[in-house]
Amino acid sequence: MFPTAQASVMAPAEHPLEDLIRSDRIPHIWCPGCGIGTAFAACLTAMKASGIDLQKTCMVSGIGCSGRAAGYVKLDSFHTTHGRAIPFATGLKLGNPELNVVVFSGDGDLFAIGGNHFIHAARRNMDLTVICLNNLNYGMTGGQVAATTPHLARTTTTPVGNPESPFNLPLLAWASGATYVARWTVLHTRELTDCIKKAITKSGFSFIEVLGPCPVNYGRRNREKPLETLKLYRDQTIIRNNADPGDLEVDFTKKVVLGEFVDKERATCIENYDRTCRPAL
Amino acid sequence: MTGDVACAEGALAAGCRFFGGYPITPATEIAEHMSGRLPDVGGTFIQMEDEIAAMASVLGAAWSGCKSMTATSGPGFSLMMENIGLGVCTETPCVVVNVQRGGPSTGLPTMGAQADMMQARWGSHGDYEIIALAPCSAQEIFYQTITAFNLSERYRTPVFIMTDEMIGHMSEKVIIPPADQITTEWRPKPKGRKDRFLLFKPDENGVAPMPAAGEGYHVHVTGLTHDEKGYPVMSVEAQEEMMARIKHKILGNREDIIMTEAHGLDDADIVLVSYGISARTSMAAMQQARAEGLKVGLLRLITVWPFAENHIQRLAQRVKGFLTVEVNLGQIHLEVLRAAAGKAPCHLVGHSGGTIISPDQVLAKIKEVF
Repeated sequence: MFPTAQASVMAPAEHPLEDLIRSDRIPHIWCPGCGIGTAFAACLTAMKASGIDLQKTCMVSGIGCSGRAAGYVKLDSFHTTHGRAIPFATGLKLGNPELNVVVFSGDGDLFAIGGNHFIHAARRNMDLTVICLNNLNYGMTGGQVAATTPHLARTTTTPVGNPESPFNLPLLAWASGATYVARWTVLHTRELTDCIKKAITKSGFSFIEVLGPCPVNYGRRNREKPLETLKLYRDQTIIRNNADPGDLEVDFTKKVVLGEFVDKERATCIENYDRTCRPAL
Repeated sequence: MTGDVACAEGALAAGCRFFGGYPITPATEIAEHMSGRLPDVGGTFIQMEDEIAAMASVLGAAWSGCKSMTATSGPGFSLMMENIGLGVCTETPCVVVNVQRGGPSTGLPTMGAQADMMQARWGSHGDYEIIALAPCSAQEIFYQTITAFNLSERYRTPVFIMTDEMIGHMSEKVIIPPADQITTEWRPKPKGRKDRFLLFKPDENGVAPMPAAGEGYHVHVTGLTHDEKGYPVMSVEAQEEMMARIKHKILGNREDIIMTEAHGLDDADIVLVSYGISARTSMAAMQQARAEGLKVGLLRLITVWPFAENHIQRLAQRVKGFLTVEVNLGQIHLEVLRAAAGKAPCHLVGHSGGTIISPDQVLAKIKEVF
């Protein structure tokens, strides 16, 4: 007997990431058209493909839409306070250096309220993989201006346009001492997944910026339909590995540079601590 | 050694293996001592970029399986408060030492006070119960730091040591007993099937077992209101259940947690209520008063939070009055007033910080009001 359409609905194939997802927490909170799910799936796929011991792998998030990622991953997962995912992750890693610690959070969480922790963790070369979903605004609270919102973009707290200028996140990471820095959009899932895999297996502070759409809050106020954002990701980006970090502004009126920008070796915080503070052991 | 150093040594004796800190007078010496000593015992010290990060790192380290701590003073304590709330909500054992100085704001950085007692009780947001101890000497801070770790492990909760600049910077003889004479406790560990484990399902004493990250339990830990599994649930019922658990494990075990010391209370007409450095001046005042024929006793609070209200209630039935002695403008005094419930008059000897309260001031107040 041939399988009917009804039968295939009744018994769907298992999701390839089933073993890494808390299915009992689905449906998730992310809106239709949101980019977080794609970045999250890329992260889980990379974790699986990397061959790391998943029993020793933790995900730490802060607060916000992206911060909910920790709640959906079937690993030891920590949903902490706003902006403090990185210092929490620092304690986890220092307390047990055998753990692989991945921080998954948003641009508001990591670079406004948590900006100080980001630069210090990079300076120390804390052995963390930090994935930032950058959707250019505060999605969870309804679309306020962020430290990543483009100049003149409209948000609920910049109703006539953002008077400020955004951070160039890879430049900040590079200047602070990160040993791995890359940027992709959620349209570039293969490259993104490959880079996350590389970042997870590499020791030291790794940072990956993922540009993702927020159609409900950001797109709507900036006359950008969901599909148009993805077209921007296709048409207004250019892949240039090892580009000068100073040339990495997110400005879709010009070309936004994607790629792998930093990949270097430097002793990690823990290696330096052991070498300096307990040479006898 | 100084009180600050004795505190650090007590932490090491208790098994603390992670210190995440940030310098602040008059608590810095605890961080300094830990920075030198922790690597020797296989632990890790890190000076974070601020007190917010320090407290976050302490919680992270606790979930990695370490006993962890930080030490600070008033302004830093304020910065830690949001993550202390996360520690309470996620039932994370850790110890926070506040070596109090005069405030508010930068206040009197090098001069002591006891004016963060209410901040200790209510400094974070929402309803909760907390444990706070107040040592009165360098020797006692050594032991109380061990006790603080034991209580935090036993009840899966942040525990405060509310000391002050006077004790922190005072040098006294401290006897450190051999390790085999020190009892150290660990958080209850889970048993049974890992896939059925519930992270916040309490045992009989109201406390849930706690695994560490990397042990295969796939824990989910969130500051959102959560169910026994640790999953967020946005409902009135889930909030009530979680809050009941967090409050009950402290209040349901108050007999175990509340420690006090009674001096001359059996025949006392007037009861001094004090803690920390002020308990020592109160003791001297009590002895002077007794020498003058006044029936004065002292209730020394070793555990300040939860408050020993039953002790005050019982005493209020038969004494002429209470006199709370503390270096602030009346914080624990308000608790005494509440517990005495009008059955006995309550007075305060306090000032806004910078120095101790002298025994003469206490004695003068006794004579003035009683």
